[in-house]
Order: sequence, then C-alpha cells, then structure tokens
Amino acid sequence: MSSVANSLSASSKPRWWEFVLWALLLCLPALMPTHALLISEITIIALFAMSLDLVLGYSGIVSLGHAAFFGMGAYSAALFAKHIHPDPLLGLAVATAVSAVLGAVCSLGILRGSDLTRLMVTLGVALILQELANKLDFITGGADGLQGVIMGPVLGRFAFDLVGQTAAWYALCVTLVVFMLLRSVVHSPFGFSLKTIRDNPLRAQAIGIPVHSRLIAAYTLSAALAGLAGALQAQSSGFASLDVFGFDRSADVLLMLVIGGTGWLWGGIIGAVVFKVLHSLIAAWTPQYWTFWLGLFLVLLMLVGRERLIRPWTWGHRA
Amino acid sequence: MLTLLFDGVAYGMLLFILAIGLAVTLGLMNFINLAHGAFAMAGGYVTVLLMQHAGLPFLACVPLAFVFTAVAGALLEVTLYRRMYHRSHLDQVLFSIGLTFMAVAGVDYFVGSTQQLVQLPAFLKGRTEWWDGALGMGHYRLAIIGVCAVLTVVLQLLLVRTRFGAQLRASVDNQRVAAGLGIDVNKVFLVTFAVGSGLAGLGGALGAEVLGLDPVFPLKFMIYFLIVVAVGGTSSLTGPLLAALLLGIADVAGKYYIPKLGAFIVYSLMIALLMWRPQGLFARGGK
Amino acid sequence: MRSETVLSCEGLLKRFGGITATDNVSLKLQRGARHALIGPNGAGKTTLINLLTGVLEPTAGSICLQGENINHLAAHQRVRRGLVRTFQISQLFEGLTPLQTLAVAVTQHLGTGATWWKALGHDALVSQRCEQLLAQFHLTEVMDQVTSELAYGKRRLLEMAIALACEPTVLLLDEPVAGVPAGEREELLKTVAALPADVSVLLIEHDMDLVFSFAQRMTVLVNGAVLTEGTPSEMAADARVREVYLGHGDKHG
Repeated sequence: MSSVANSLSASSKPRWWEFVLWALLLCLPALMPTHALLISEITIIALFAMSLDLVLGYSGIVSLGHAAFFGMGAYSAALFAKHIHPDPLLGLAVATAVSAVLGAVCSLGILRGSDLTRLMVTLGVALILQELANKLDFITGGADGLQGVIMGPVLGRFAFDLVGQTAAWYALCVTLVVFMLLRSVVHSPFGFSLKTIRDNPLRAQAIGIPVHSRLIAAYTLSAALAGLAGALQAQSSGFASLDVFGFDRSADVLLMLVIGGTGWLWGGIIGAVVFKVLHSLIAAWTPQYWTFWLGLFLVLLMLVGRERLIRPWTWGHRA
Repeated sequence: MLTLLFDGVAYGMLLFILAIGLAVTLGLMNFINLAHGAFAMAGGYVTVLLMQHAGLPFLACVPLAFVFTAVAGALLEVTLYRRMYHRSHLDQVLFSIGLTFMAVAGVDYFVGSTQQLVQLPAFLKGRTEWWDGALGMGHYRLAIIGVCAVLTVVLQLLLVRTRFGAQLRASVDNQRVAAGLGIDVNKVFLVTFAVGSGLAGLGGALGAEVLGLDPVFPLKFMIYFLIVVAVGGTSSLTGPLLAALLLGIADVAGKYYIPKLGAFIVYSLMIALLMWRPQGLFARGGK
Repeated sequence: MRSETVLSCEGLLKRFGGITATDNVSLKLQRGARHALIGPNGAGKTTLINLLTGVLEPTAGSICLQGENINHLAAHQRVRRGLVRTFQISQLFEGLTPLQTLAVAVTQHLGTGATWWKALGHDALVSQRCEQLLAQFHLTEVMDQVTSELAYGKRRLLEMAIALACEPTVLLLDEPVAGVPAGEREELLKTVAALPADVSVLLIEHDMDLVFSFAQRMTVLVNGAVLTEGTPSEMAADARVREVYLGHGDKHG
C-alpha cells in the first residue's frame, strides 16, 4: 500500500488503548458493584454527550437544547413500557425512532441562520417540550413526573435488580454498540463531509457536498442517539420527570463535551466522567452552591481556552 | 381586550429596554452575552436592597440601579469580556452562562431565594378605567410605557444626532474600517457595553414589580431577551422594538386566552418566525 | 475541436438594495476556452463568479451550462455538473489535512460522499487520485499536516488542488496567484497552463503578464457591466481599456 493509502487508513484504525479502556469499562460493574448506579448514570450521560458531539464537534452546530431529544426518548420509553410492553430493547427501539423523527423535523430549523438563530431554535424546542410535558399532565404526570415504570428483563433473561448491576451492564453494552457505530460514521466520507461543513460550509458546497441534507442526516442521527440515552435513563431509574428537558441538562452536557474535547468521541466519555466526579466532590462539600463553582469553572475555562485544558503544559503561557 | 393590548405594550416596552443592550452587544462585538439577564437582575436587587436597607424612595433607586449596573458592566467589560470578543460563539455562550450561574448562586447566597417585593410609591399604584372598564390602565404600567418611550427616543437621538452615535453605527457596520478611520473602537465597545448593561439594570428595577424578582430571573427571562434580539435583528433600534412589542402582546394575550398553553404559543411563534426568516424579521443584509 | 458554448449567461443582473453589482452582463465561454476576466477593483468580477456558481441568486437574467438553463440549480448541484471555482481568499478546511481534504473532494466527485459505514479512502481509486493530486501540486510532504498550519503558498496550491479534485469541465479561477510569493508562483502558473485542453477556464486576474500569456479571449468588466470583449491584442489596443487601467501601473504586452 502506498503511503497515501496508509495514511488514510491509519487514522480510522482503533488504537490499542481504546480496546483496553473499553474492556476496563465493561468490567466496572463487577469491580465496583456498590457504585453500579453511578456507573449507569455516567454511561448514560456519556452516550448523551457523544450524541451532542456529532452535531457540535463534527458539524459545528451550537445547540443549547439537546435535552429536547433526551427527554423525548425518556418519556417515550417510559410511556411505552407502562402502557404497551415492558420489554426494554423494544422500548429502546421505539424511543430512538420517535426521537429520530423529532430530530428530523427540528433539523429544518437549524439549517439556515446564524449561531444565535440556532441557539434560539434549539432552546425553544426544549422549552416547548418541557411546557407540553408539564401541561399534558394526564399523559405525563406533569410536574410530579411519570412514575411506576416497571421494566421486563433484558433479552428475556436479565432482570433489572435493585442494586443496579443489570442496568449498568445494559447501559454499557448499548453505549459500546453506539460507540462502534459512531466510530464508523465519523471516519467515513459522510463523517468527514460533516467536518468540512463545520470548517467551511461555503467551500463544502463548492466541492459538491449537499450541505443541507448532510446536516439533516447528522442532526437526525444525533437526536436518535440522544433519545436512546434518555430511554436508558428512564428504563434504569423507572421514572421520567420534567427535568429531562431542562436547560441544566443541556448546559451540563455541553460543558462535559467542552471538558473532554469536542470532535473526538472519547471527549464525551472523558468529559462525563470528569464532570460527574467533580460534581460528586464539590456537591459533597457545598451542596447548595454547586452552580456557583460550576459557573466559576466555566468562566476560567473559557478565559484560559478550552483546548488548553487537556494540555496542562500550556497553562502557564499567555494565549 | 384593550386592557390586554395595553398590558402587552407595557410588557413589550419593558422587554425592549431590557434587551436592547443585548442587541447592540451582539451587533457591535458579535458577542452572544447570555449573562445579560444577570445585569437586569442586579438592577432589580439594587433597587430592592436600597429601598429596604437604606430607606431610599423608589424613584431615587431606579436611576441608581442604572448607574450601578453600568459601572459593573464597564468593569466586567474591561477585565473579562474584552478577552472573549474573538472567540467562537460556543466559547462566548459557555463563558456567559458561567457568569450567570455565578450571579444566580451569589444572589441566592447573599439575599436568599424568596421573591422580592417592591413597594411602589402611592401615586404609582392604582388604575384608571376608561370606557366603562373596556380599558383599564394601571398607573404603574402607564409610567413604564412613558419612561421606556422617552428612553427609546433618547436612544434614537443619541444614535442619530451625536458623534458617538455615528461612531457606534460605523463600528457596527464595519469594525475594521471604523478603526481605520481613527475611531477608538475599544472606547466605543466599553461605553456601549456599560450603557447596555445599565439599561438592563434600569429595566430590572422598573420591571421587578411586574415580572417578579428572584435569583433565577436571568435564566427565566433569558429566552425572552434572546427572542427580541433574534427576531428583531441587530441592525436597528426599530427591529428589536417591534419584536419586543410583538412578543409582549403575544405573551400577555396567549396567557390570558389559552392559559394551559401560554408560553408554548410564544415559543412556537418564535421558532416559526425564525425558520421563515432566519436573519430575523427586520435584518438588513444579514449577519 | 468543435467550438461550442459550455457556459453562458444572458442579461445577468444583481442588485443589493440600491447598488447594482452586476449590470446586464452577457458572457459566452467556449469549450477549451482560456478566457480572462479583468477589471478594476470593485468591478464585480467575484460577484459574477458567485452568480454563475449559485452562491448568489441573480435579480434577473439566465445562466446556461452545456446548453441547459441552471438558474434553479443549487450551488452543489452545479459542481456535480462540472462547474467548479476557486476562491480569491483561500477557502480551506482548517481542521483537516490536505490529504483528507482532497480525499473528501474526490470521494464526493465519485458519488460515494454519503457512505457512512466504510472509512474515507477505503476505495483504492480515491487514494490513487489523491496521490496524483498531491504530487501534481507538490503537497505530498505536507499531506498529513493540518491545514491551519500550512504556509501561504501551500494553501494556494491546495486551493487549486481541491478544485481539480472535482474534475471540472468548466473552471472559474478567482485570482489564483494573489499574494503568492514569486518562487511558488511558477508552480501554480505551470499547473494553470497544463490544464487539460477540453477544460474551459475563466480566469480573473490583475497580473497583466499572466493574463496576456494565458488568455485567448478577454472580457473587461467595469462597474458591474461589460465594457468590451475581444482578443488580448484587441484589448491592448483599445483606448477605453487603457483608460480604465491608467494609474494602476500595470504593464501591457
């Protein structure tokens, strides 16, 4: 193979440490059984962050309302399990499909316009859904949330236990599958075309890339995966409440991605872990004023420059 | 119905004064400042605290709120905001969200999270009924409309008739050329940011009685300010003014006629408008 | 070689508010043409390119590619039909490497740009073509360097390489050697001269040496309208053209 062909294929091959990390992650529920709930939580958020990375890191769309799809997935899965069928995988499929449809519809709103317009539209959709969930309380339980969601066993064999081990493995396996899927996508011609749209939509158009249809596809996929994460959340915890649509959730996942680094899949995972760990530590110390420290961290991080967070040797230098 | 229109106009004028600083900041520095609501909140709290602890009358507190937030805005601009002008919008969004979180938590810590009540002076309370109650004009809302209208005229005059206004318009239009013409763009930014923040504070002080005042004010109303700017555009004063009036009336009417879906209508309307005209309803040339 | 019109525009008009940027422009580009578009700064040359490629929508007038009206076609669709342009200020993908950039362009041209399950460059045809282009434009040494770190000369080379990766039948070059240091100019100029004979080229340039050595026909644009058109020697002899360029210090052939 020529060096050109080598170069192209080298970047898409998985690195050895990716296998090691994933092996480690999959062992966690067995290694740390008392933290099973935390493991589930972090995994689900990591999946959510990866879905956002597809539109933010790879396509360059700033979204402050990605929780819209997370919430849609959560409520869809919860309602499906409660009223139609308690099988978890079936519920995942339905929730993902519903979120994908919502994503496809919403994608029409982010195609044109400035960053501000996109912020507004994404924020607006999440707020509308939250309002709807609030007002349609005869379906969703309103402000009290949707309770009493009992899930059937996964694949007919693995029942959800109180300790949360099944849920943790369930979440990890689903996330691994999604990770492998996303890996394929971001190294494919489609994935690279998204990056060209992110870097220079004018030039992307000028080399024949149909910018709008690529963005619609990316946004729909991203919404589907966010919905998948929401569904996992609802199934693992057994309920869904209004905060799945909350601005906090959208802002937190954005921050996680910024911490871990946008534009590479591990950013979502690393960001989720770091964020949750920080949250646990700080919340234990000052539970009420977590938002203050979060805000301070954000301000400092932005002043310093977020690329430099993962390069500590640049901290002493001026930007 | 006329009363609704009246209330909607009052609400809209207030939103305009609150949001105009955000519009100019975006148009001038291309900076998305989501912390704008925090300045408004600051103005409200300054007013309340001065009235409660220093015993100052309401009418004195309002201009003080303007001064306080303008100074705070100037300080923040020079120390922090200035470094973020050339960053990506994502960075600016995260930065200003961080500031907002700090402000929200800070106020919660120092003042507490309960709603603050503003005691209006006697002559501002009360209502006048016209045409057998078809139009009920609350005196306070009438005052708000009056003050905001005067401010709008003053702003327009400043923009069109003064040298600074010309410099501001030039800088918004084309920063590089303006600097090349010898305009001190840094000074223009500083003064504009300070005045914009001051106006937000003024709006917060005036609006505390009408909109409610608590630590989550910036987060609750951020979406409204953003709607005014996104729909109204950043290239004129009239754009945001009309957008704010439209929003005010739609919100008041929506919540009255269909209370179950009140806010839903406003957001849907906004999204529909932005999808139809992504550059806003009134933009010229587009940014 | 049959002399047919591959690209033409008729009565093209573009107004921005009160300004008429393009004023009733009609232009014909023959197959294999080496056609230069010249005019003072602000004459509307880039606007015309934007109109032809679909970046801007004309206020009036029609555009035809290979005899077919393309007014309704989106920009990316025109590229698929072979109408490709370069940009005066390099428009590159700062986060990608030259190799990745060219691979995306080639893959898109081959029609497999939407593939999401196979890696970019999996196709041997793509890597071959990239290798050719990288060699042709002397970018092989920097093929894995991220674009944001490339030297200016290399950026201009990449700018042209991207256009050629799309295998154009009509190529619109917007000041390809602008700001390029003298040493690297030669490479670019050689490439422009070596373009396949049946590719039709419209060149916007200020450098009169380049224009006169390259062009078989020239169109002069002033204030958005066509002043005159003809062979280079006709243009050199035309008093009006001389007047337009008085004071610009350009040498005429």
